Amino acid sequence: MSLSGWLPILAGVLAAATPLLIAALGELIAEKSGVLNLGVEGMMLVGALTAFAVASGGAGYAAGALAGALAGVGLAALFAWLTLNCLASQVACGLAITMLGSGLSAYAGRDYVSRTLDGMALIPLGGGFGFDPLIVTGLLLTVLVWYFLQRSRAGLVLRAVGESPATAHALGLPVRCIRWAAVLFGGACAGLAGAYLAIDYTPMWVEGLSAGRGWIALALVVFAGWRPGRTLLGAWLYGGVGILQFHAQALGIAVPAQFLGMLPYLATIVVLTLIARDPLTQRRHTPASLGQPWHPHA
Amino acid sequence: MSATIPRLELRAIRKHYSGTIANDDIDLVVHPGEIHAVLGENGAGKSTLMKIIYGVVAPDAGELFWDGQPVRIHSPAQARRLGIGMVFQHFSLFESLSVAENIALALPDAPRPAALAGRIRRVSADYGLALEPMQPVHELSVGERQRVELVRCLLQSPRLLILDEPTSVLTPQAVEALFVTLRRLAREGVSLLYISHKLEEIRRLCDQATVLRNGRVRAHCRPAEESAASLARLMIGGELPATRLTPNALPRTPRLVLDRLSRTADGPFGTPLRELELCVHSGEIVGIAGASGNGQKELLEALFGEVALADAAMLQLAGEDIGRLGPAARRARGLGMVPEERLGRAAVPARSLADNTLLTAAGHGLVRAGLIRRPAVLRFARALIEGFQVRCKGAQAPANSLSGGNLQKFIVGRELAQHPQALVIAQPTWGVDVASAALIHEQLLRLRNDGVALLVISEDLDELFGLCDRIAVLAGGRLSPVRETGATDAAELGQWMGGGFGPVTAAAAPGMRDVHA
Amino acid sequence: MFTLEARTLPSVRAMWLAPLAALLLTLLGGSVLFAAFGHAPLQALSVYFLQPLASVYGIGEWLLKATPLAVCGLGLALGFRAKVWNIGADGQFTLGAICAGGLAIACDGFIDAESLWIAPAMALAGIAGGMMWAALPAWLRTRYGSSEILSSLMLAYVAPLLLGWLVNGPWRDPAGFNFPQSIQFADAALLAPLHEGARVTLAFPVALVLAGLLCFVQRYTYAGFRLQVSGEAPLAARHAGYSQRAAVWIAMLTGGACAGFAGYAEVAGPLGQLQPSVSPGYGFTAIIVAFVGRLDPRGVVLAALLLSLLALGGEAAQMTLDLPAAISGVFQGGLLCALLACDTFVHYRLRRVYRKPAAHTS
Repeated sequence: MSLSGWLPILAGVLAAATPLLIAALGELIAEKSGVLNLGVEGMMLVGALTAFAVASGGAGYAAGALAGALAGVGLAALFAWLTLNCLASQVACGLAITMLGSGLSAYAGRDYVSRTLDGMALIPLGGGFGFDPLIVTGLLLTVLVWYFLQRSRAGLVLRAVGESPATAHALGLPVRCIRWAAVLFGGACAGLAGAYLAIDYTPMWVEGLSAGRGWIALALVVFAGWRPGRTLLGAWLYGGVGILQFHAQALGIAVPAQFLGMLPYLATIVVLTLIARDPLTQRRHTPASLGQPWHPHA
Repeated sequence: MSATIPRLELRAIRKHYSGTIANDDIDLVVHPGEIHAVLGENGAGKSTLMKIIYGVVAPDAGELFWDGQPVRIHSPAQARRLGIGMVFQHFSLFESLSVAENIALALPDAPRPAALAGRIRRVSADYGLALEPMQPVHELSVGERQRVELVRCLLQSPRLLILDEPTSVLTPQAVEALFVTLRRLAREGVSLLYISHKLEEIRRLCDQATVLRNGRVRAHCRPAEESAASLARLMIGGELPATRLTPNALPRTPRLVLDRLSRTADGPFGTPLRELELCVHSGEIVGIAGASGNGQKELLEALFGEVALADAAMLQLAGEDIGRLGPAARRARGLGMVPEERLGRAAVPARSLADNTLLTAAGHGLVRAGLIRRPAVLRFARALIEGFQVRCKGAQAPANSLSGGNLQKFIVGRELAQHPQALVIAQPTWGVDVASAALIHEQLLRLRNDGVALLVISEDLDELFGLCDRIAVLAGGRLSPVRETGATDAAELGQWMGGGFGPVTAAAAPGMRDVHA
Repeated sequence: MFTLEARTLPSVRAMWLAPLAALLLTLLGGSVLFAAFGHAPLQALSVYFLQPLASVYGIGEWLLKATPLAVCGLGLALGFRAKVWNIGADGQFTLGAICAGGLAIACDGFIDAESLWIAPAMALAGIAGGMMWAALPAWLRTRYGSSEILSSLMLAYVAPLLLGWLVNGPWRDPAGFNFPQSIQFADAALLAPLHEGARVTLAFPVALVLAGLLCFVQRYTYAGFRLQVSGEAPLAARHAGYSQRAAVWIAMLTGGACAGFAGYAEVAGPLGQLQPSVSPGYGFTAIIVAFVGRLDPRGVVLAALLLSLLALGGEAAQMTLDLPAAISGVFQGGLLCALLACDTFVHYRLRRVYRKPAAHTS
């Protein structure tokens, strides 16, 4: 195939990878602080619907994306309050947030089901090429998260809190505030990822629009070993698998659509298994306090 | 008392936690350049008091004065701004971060770890506390970790330094080095609060002492003018019980044998075990000294059967290879086990003592045809509570409602009631009050004189010297030669803890040594 | 200013009051939502909660919908006690339906009204299907240590696709006008209604028996004790020699078997055939059921009845008030969130702090 034949496929991979990448980077930060938020899927759905509603209401795509991120923050705040202030189980709360998010978005989104949007305009580069602002945002975010974790003092504090909240507390670091901030950032990213799906990628709204991408983003964090660069690679890999579905028919691969649809989910299982085969390296990068509630009264 | 303004003064400090009083009406005065001991046994309220001074915990009542001015210390950050530094007992370091990153986290002016390296090197060279700033903390020995904590405090030019049980995990040589540093700091005008229950250390190091018992001040005194016995009387309100190890004339047959026991490290920060050789005979107590992090965790897991060994013959009980058996099968063959963590490992915290008997004693008629026999369980639990003087609200009391000492008596009792052939016990009296510790030691000696083989793994050298027939050291995942207790001393063991015992010779092979005292 | 203080023992009173408080909070939130959409809250609530139970048929539907929730929830509760997070019960439910339905389709030619064996055979096939779908995450977890949360969930997305392919392809009813659904099962393969005019089947009493059985296992058997300890204190379980692998396998397989049986009961009961979707998310709602029921079998049955009523109410609200059925999803998610908030008081008590500590350390 010529270059011009491959370009749309590569662009497709980048586009399909973006929601996974953005959501996974947000979750990565939350998990680095020691909080496992299984509510990514719910936050994505709420973000998607909010963004779609705002954008199709005529407020513009940028406002839509922002509103989507804020909706994610709102749901993340509920999660943070339940897990960090009420000390509820992070697993149970994450599931609750996902269910609440799916229910709320399905309920509030019924009027938007048949509407469509044009999708965001590319920022022109000249020569008929251009780039999608949210795809670029995803790439920038990767660099930003890497710099934050590896080079900044705030990132150091975050990693310390994720490794041992008790020690961090004894040193006088504001553990709960840091975790709140990390969870809210995760919510903003999930919301933004949902917004990208609704106003740019598909662009439309249907019930359960994210179709498990929130969960795949969670798997991606584990796959990437809590490292931003690998998250990017993983997201591209998934983007490739997703794109394969669309292009398989065109390429003349005679497999029922349902089996192609299974690919991302099966790939997730396979990848998780491959990663888990090397438990020692895996544990070295896992935030040591991940998923454990923490209470300042020692 | 001198006429100078005290650096720190506490008046009538009070703190209580859900019903229990941790500190009641505490007064304390520390002058500049003074090394002031806070002495008390486990649970006397020392740690709570230090947390109040360092701003980790807010007191319910009472006043603090800093340089004569009333202050309220809301947070450790504020304490550090005032010039208060703290070296924690269980070090407050992050394993996965480097030395410089760990230090940077506690400094308010937030330099980049790389920029900090120079300052760290300068201070550590100045005080003889060698450190490599870029090394990850998990690679450091216990002594080096304490140096990180100290350097972290020193970089902030503290005016009061709190040290919480700083010697509990150090080798005797490291203790000497620490004392040199502390005396120098005091000469430079730094006040030191030295928390300990080790009487000899306090007599040698400290100028003043405040003795706590049950959350109250029992005495202020000058340790140099007191004897260890008089300090002990102040601390526990009675005589320090002494355990006496008398030779017994039992026939000695190899009972618990470690035969070239090796295994991989447990997790990324663990220590692999390399060819451990040891023979514990019937009727003797063998102690394994050494600071934790030298393979203690790995050895205990291997002995407990939580991790199966590569070769069944690496561990033998009464001649049978048990290295690949699980914990339950080992127990069924007569191996008793007491781990270090009482809550969460030896006992399920929120379950009753009765339920907790099931954990290890289910095979003793407590379960029939897969069903739990409640009456038998209750009888068993009540017998333990009575037989081992466990103070609690009965067999239905949850494990986490007991004090450390009482829970430990219950756990040791649970193993003893199963009449083991050999008993492996880790840190038998860690965090246990003196009276319970004495009872536990007495029970262990009785077990020895009944012909059971005991292996005690402890960081407390004093305990090992009082309890063991023979002692070895586990350092860097290797086991030193085994010595008669009478034929070695703290200095030699301390040297071994640093790894200085060379290649272990064949003389330490099982059954080769005469073990009589 | 208040602070939370850990209780030594969870408060039993708070544990049973928390679901009630959560329900009240949810109803309150629901009223606000109704009001926001221009419905009188009280009238809407009565449509939601009372109208569905006003007839024998309605009560039958209530119990009918409660059955899969209770059966799935019972299996999940056992696993959650062991901290084995099987959240793919919906997939196991679907596989149970596929296997049971497949058997009915395969045997359709040679069963008649006398074929009493077909119902138990289908039940077993359903259970086996559910267990198979749960065995994969269990195997991956015990063999490779990969998280059962994600792998069971991924399989829950795969199962409907598999079912979709079957009813669109090999198992499509040739006389079905190209609709994606299988043939109607023979009468002998169906579960008869318990009562005339209602659709609830024998599966509901089976759920009650199952609850009793699991109660017994949790309270009186050593196996049940071991399973609970491995969830409450994993290190203690390891020290006692309770196999973590066994706990994972037992928990996953029990969950899978229950979900598979529920899937069987669904296709052999109200559906009577295989359709592209056999579960409106029963396996996910069952997670809420398990938590609301305090992971106690008796509580799970009550919670299943409650959530079944919420779902029915959603349908009633759709028909009578033209509210979208998705509102029951909001109620369910809201109920779980409210419960988790109320649960704080099971393990902690509020204590008044008289002196305000610095804001950034609290």
